[in-house]
Amino acid sequence: MDLTADFFSLFELPKSFRLNLSELDSRYRDVQAQVHPDRFAHGSELERRLSMQWATRANEAYQTLKKPLERAKYLLELAGHDLQAESNTAMPADFLIEQMEWREAVAEARTGGDHHELEHLHQRLAGDLRGRYDELGELLDECHDYPLATDRVRRLMFLEKLLHEIDDALASLDD
Amino acid sequence: MALFQIAEPGESAAPHEHKLAVGIDLGTTNSLVATVRSGLAVCLNDDQGRPLLPSVVRYHADGSYEAGYDAQKQQALDPKNTIVSVKRFMGRGLKDIAHLESMPYDFIEAPGMVKLKTITGIKSPVEVSADILKNLKLRAEAALGGELVGAVITVPAYFDDAQRQATKDAARLAGLNVLRLLNEPTAAAIAYGLDNAAEGVYAVYDLGGGTFDISILKLTKGVFEVLATGGDSALGGDDFDHRIFCWVIEQARLQPLSPEDARLLMMRCREAKEFLTLNPEAPITARLNSGELVDVKLDVASFAEITQTLISKTLQPVKKALRDAGLRVDDVKGVVMVGGATRMPQVQKAVGDFFRQEPLTNLDPDKVVALGAATQANLLAGNKTGKDDWLLLDVIPLSLGLETMGGLVEKVIPRNSTIPTARAQEFTTYKDGQTAMAIQVVQGEREMVADCRSLARFELRGIPPMVAGAPRIRVTFQVDADGLLSVTAREQTSGTEASITVKPSYGLSDDEIAEMLKASMTHAKDDAMTRALREAQVEAERMIEATEAALAEDPHLLSAAETEKIKATIAKLRETVAGDNRRLINIAMDDLGYETQEFAHRRMDQSIKRALAGRSVDELQALTPHGEEK
Repeated sequence: MDLTADFFSLFELPKSFRLNLSELDSRYRDVQAQVHPDRFAHGSELERRLSMQWATRANEAYQTLKKPLERAKYLLELAGHDLQAESNTAMPADFLIEQMEWREAVAEARTGGDHHELEHLHQRLAGDLRGRYDELGELLDECHDYPLATDRVRRLMFLEKLLHEIDDALASLDD
Repeated sequence: MALFQIAEPGESAAPHEHKLAVGIDLGTTNSLVATVRSGLAVCLNDDQGRPLLPSVVRYHADGSYEAGYDAQKQQALDPKNTIVSVKRFMGRGLKDIAHLESMPYDFIEAPGMVKLKTITGIKSPVEVSADILKNLKLRAEAALGGELVGAVITVPAYFDDAQRQATKDAARLAGLNVLRLLNEPTAAAIAYGLDNAAEGVYAVYDLGGGTFDISILKLTKGVFEVLATGGDSALGGDDFDHRIFCWVIEQARLQPLSPEDARLLMMRCREAKEFLTLNPEAPITARLNSGELVDVKLDVASFAEITQTLISKTLQPVKKALRDAGLRVDDVKGVVMVGGATRMPQVQKAVGDFFRQEPLTNLDPDKVVALGAATQANLLAGNKTGKDDWLLLDVIPLSLGLETMGGLVEKVIPRNSTIPTARAQEFTTYKDGQTAMAIQVVQGEREMVADCRSLARFELRGIPPMVAGAPRIRVTFQVDADGLLSVTAREQTSGTEASITVKPSYGLSDDEIAEMLKASMTHAKDDAMTRALREAQVEAERMIEATEAALAEDPHLLSAAETEKIKATIAKLRETVAGDNRRLINIAMDDLGYETQEFAHRRMDQSIKRALAGRSVDELQALTPHGEEK
């Protein structure tokens, strides 16, 4: 085991998109319990540095694996599919039109101060995302169809951002 | 110290004596020191049995000073030389400080942090804080009968890097070994959680003398995980005093006041605030130097009215923290109240209404932070007893970023990231042949650099001349467990790597600290050299003890030759410890550090493997690809 091992290996978890999250939580805590700087506050300079590196790594790994989109991106990266390099590919027109419709609906609800409508959009989008993640799980874990998975991840990046904007709009109505 | 010495729960790390460690709550209004005695966290009182030390320092013409109640009593007589609420100035520039007009001090603008002109000389807020800390250190050493191994110092969770660094510098200046900077609400959660064996999501509402924090924590099986934190590092009980002060001036139609009169009236206002906690009406009377008599009455309803905006100012960060944690009000199982200012009935009512439950006030809001800090200090010093084995996962309160083109901020580490954390970002040049690049580090949530706090500015030089966009400059941010940042920049493509690590500009350099220490030593008649030698010897002995324990525990991780080598290096270190040459001791310690490096790595690997052992991949069922997001 070393600092450059991949995030799944760090927690001794299988390299798959479908992950038992409570298992991830408990392994993360087990690792932190061993390496956290609080265990070495009174240690030597080297021990403190090593512990900081390990704890930093464990935090990074946990944050990446915890969120489905980040986890998917990371799996693609491990499989040699760089999202960055492929980000110039244009998205299909129907997807973009759908996006514009979503955005118009959010903007309208936001300017109208329509809390109820925003909640409704949130629910609808969250439901849509669940279905897409199920599909992504199949593509990554069973079909190993990385090119198609890459396309799906790029769509999800749009949608997650949209969800974030709905939440922001809800938050600004709250204040 | 333990060389990756990991004890199983219930088993002590090694048979050793109890190490003296304390937790210090360095507050705006009052400070406290606490320790763990026979397994119980207790505050250490002064010789008159008082746990609090007013955070007030008065400087005299002969260079001496007094801190605490005596200084507090004199504040209206000598306001210019009696510094109160110095915490508000820590890591702050002149333009950051509110209500300057009602403060009696002679401020001096200095880079990064203001200074104060006193009769003793110019004092930085770091020095004033150090004088408070020294007082508590002496109190603790007298009570515990020995030198302290180290201290945990608490800071408001919402303190930024500048304020944290200033606090750490103050502790070093007071001669304290800082085991950790601990966030105040987290300290309170430790005290509360361990006392009540609490599980679930808790909110800690911490309104102190000068700062406000809200932290949302998840408590599970001995893990304290901070999910989000927020606050206002310039909002506290002082502001409630100030509201009363302004109200009185208006009611009594007072002319501008002298510094002495202003301080006197402010004291009366504070007393009135405290009086209103248990009474419906408070009289405010003061005979001013100008001869005027102030005589007004403030009732609870008017007090609530003039302070209503302050209270709603605290609820904004509460909402934001909940959102950041991805939670709703109903998810919060309990609300712990911390800080003297939470005694105000209108604060308790507002918090209760917001969370739709009665806030928890069963722990003394003045002491709870110090008690939690003491518990943490005890653990960090290595006094582990098994039953109180717990882990703390805290976050940074504010995002960290870099200035990019057009004065925009590129966020590198978002707020509420669990610490320690690191993140690297790549940048490039925008001109052909560009060989240097200015890097500006900022902290804050706004998009424009001008609206964030600038932490440091440095230049990366020696970039090989290339066409614009070709160099790859990797900037790495590392935040340690104290929430303190260091930044490294490196050009990747060229063989020649340039790198620099910066300490934010307001921080005191090691030389400055040494200089200040020397200056204070001449007053204290302490022999700095003897002290440094003794410290090196203690450190070396600790190192030997820990290395030998590690050798005994894990001999299988080393070859016979490696073991021999380490043993020989220990023997050499032992020789130097017997002598009185500090330099030789340090060299021998470095040697031992070098020789045990590989061993430490192997022990770390082994401990992680052990942590994960006994689990098998087959157990992993109940697959849930999402569901953590709300």
